Amino acid sequence: MSDKASIHAMTTLQVRGIRKSFGKRAARKEVLGGLSLSVADGEFVSIVGPSGSGKTTLFKVIGGLEQPSEGEIWVEGKQTTGERGHISYMPQQSALLPWQSVAGNIELSLAISGLDRKAAKLKTKEWLERIGLDDYADAYPHMLSGGMLQRVSFLRALLAPQRLMLLDEPFGALDALTRLQMQQWLMSIWDQNRRSVLLVTHSIEEALFLSDRIIVLSASPAVVLEEFVVPFERPRSEALWTNPLFNELKQQIYELLKAGGKEANE
Amino acid sequence: MAIRKSGWAKAWPPMAVLAGLLACWQAAVTWGKVDKWLLPSPLAIVQEAIQIWPRLMEHTEATVQLTLLGFAGGSAVGFVLAALLHLIPGFRSAVYPLLVLSQNVPIIAIAPILTMLLGYGLLPKVLLVTVVCFFPITVAMLSGLSSPDAQLRHYFQMIGIGKWQLFWRLELPHAIVHLFSGLKISASYSVLSAIVAEWLGTNKGLGAFMLISFKGFMPDRGYAAVFIIVTLSLTLFGLIVLAERIVIRWQPVKEVE
Repeated sequence: MSDKASIHAMTTLQVRGIRKSFGKRAARKEVLGGLSLSVADGEFVSIVGPSGSGKTTLFKVIGGLEQPSEGEIWVEGKQTTGERGHISYMPQQSALLPWQSVAGNIELSLAISGLDRKAAKLKTKEWLERIGLDDYADAYPHMLSGGMLQRVSFLRALLAPQRLMLLDEPFGALDALTRLQMQQWLMSIWDQNRRSVLLVTHSIEEALFLSDRIIVLSASPAVVLEEFVVPFERPRSEALWTNPLFNELKQQIYELLKAGGKEANE
Repeated sequence: MAIRKSGWAKAWPPMAVLAGLLACWQAAVTWGKVDKWLLPSPLAIVQEAIQIWPRLMEHTEATVQLTLLGFAGGSAVGFVLAALLHLIPGFRSAVYPLLVLSQNVPIIAIAPILTMLLGYGLLPKVLLVTVVCFFPITVAMLSGLSSPDAQLRHYFQMIGIGKWQLFWRLELPHAIVHLFSGLKISASYSVLSAIVAEWLGTNKGLGAFMLISFKGFMPDRGYAAVFIIVTLSLTLFGLIVLAERIVIRWQPVKEVE
């Protein structure tokens, strides 16, 4: 467990002046317009932005699937621009192999992420027990509910040896109640194993509830409009939703998004 | 129990229809609507089959051997070819049209060429069956290899999977379901093409036996061979279905409780 004192000791992710355009000549469209942000070690950072603001592209660039037109990506103090395998990832859909059991899925991903088979197996077993999913270890994904699948998917990302986790709208496909439960569940697990997290979400509440810092993006071409430090103590509870400061921040971010979206449309 | 019941419920209607057809056939021959030398009755066929059973089995053995060798060869070639077409960039677009072209050459035309080149042994016949069998497997595998869920592919690319691991871990297992539909088609093809192969320069096998029987005005023997051929074809198909059930156990089929 990393302690809180070391949070700012090292940056896990640095995105430096990333630009990315698609298409050629007249049809050329800039999606990322010189984007810079960072995630410190053990820090939970959220990105919110109007839809179509290039968040998916940003994740692809960080993950090395897309080469940026300009700028650099640094992960754990090394330049990794265009390189794969430096992050762990949780997509919106759980993306579990239907022919592998729950445990098999986690083990396979850990092996791909660079853990040796034995360690992967041990770690999977230990953590499935820890989060109370050991009964489902041998079940196939189609036997699980949407919320369960996302728990497995999150665990799979959490156990990977990479320090940085990218969460791509992990609860976007869940119903409202499951979503709230999952946020609290995620918080409690993350508290036990603090990794650096970069979360993309459409929900301002979700970002406020989970994050240390929120980065608001403009519509495309995306740039950072503003950053908010979220001042609430951890561990956080549902009581937060009625906190006046919580609602004030929510309003501020909402206004910002609205204005940013308008500008781009004009 | 529940499975057996539902299996029986599914099986009895076609079996009843089949029994009805056989009864009509028997009646038509018995009451003189059809000439016996043209179409013998089912009972006559069964009687003849029992009389020449040892010889019939000898021929069946030869056909089974040829079918299985050709089917195994065709499956192996089909599988490897699909993997190569998928993995080597540009190979697919260059070779695939030629494969389709190869299927438009009738096997009746290929057979004499193979016999001319390779003689009258087992090899040209096995090759003929292989040529017929590989194609459905290649086509089915290829569509399976290139179609896994885009979300899964994206996820694995994000966590840095290599091309080979992507093939072994995602594309190939995904293609297995498709592979079996190819295998089923090829299984039926393999028996039929083995029969055709046996028409050419051999006196062993059900194909040859059938030809000799019909030419020698012994249609009851010819039909006995046809019965066995149909049984063989169905058995091979059934074995593939069984193998599919064993291999693809993870699939969300109807839960049996």
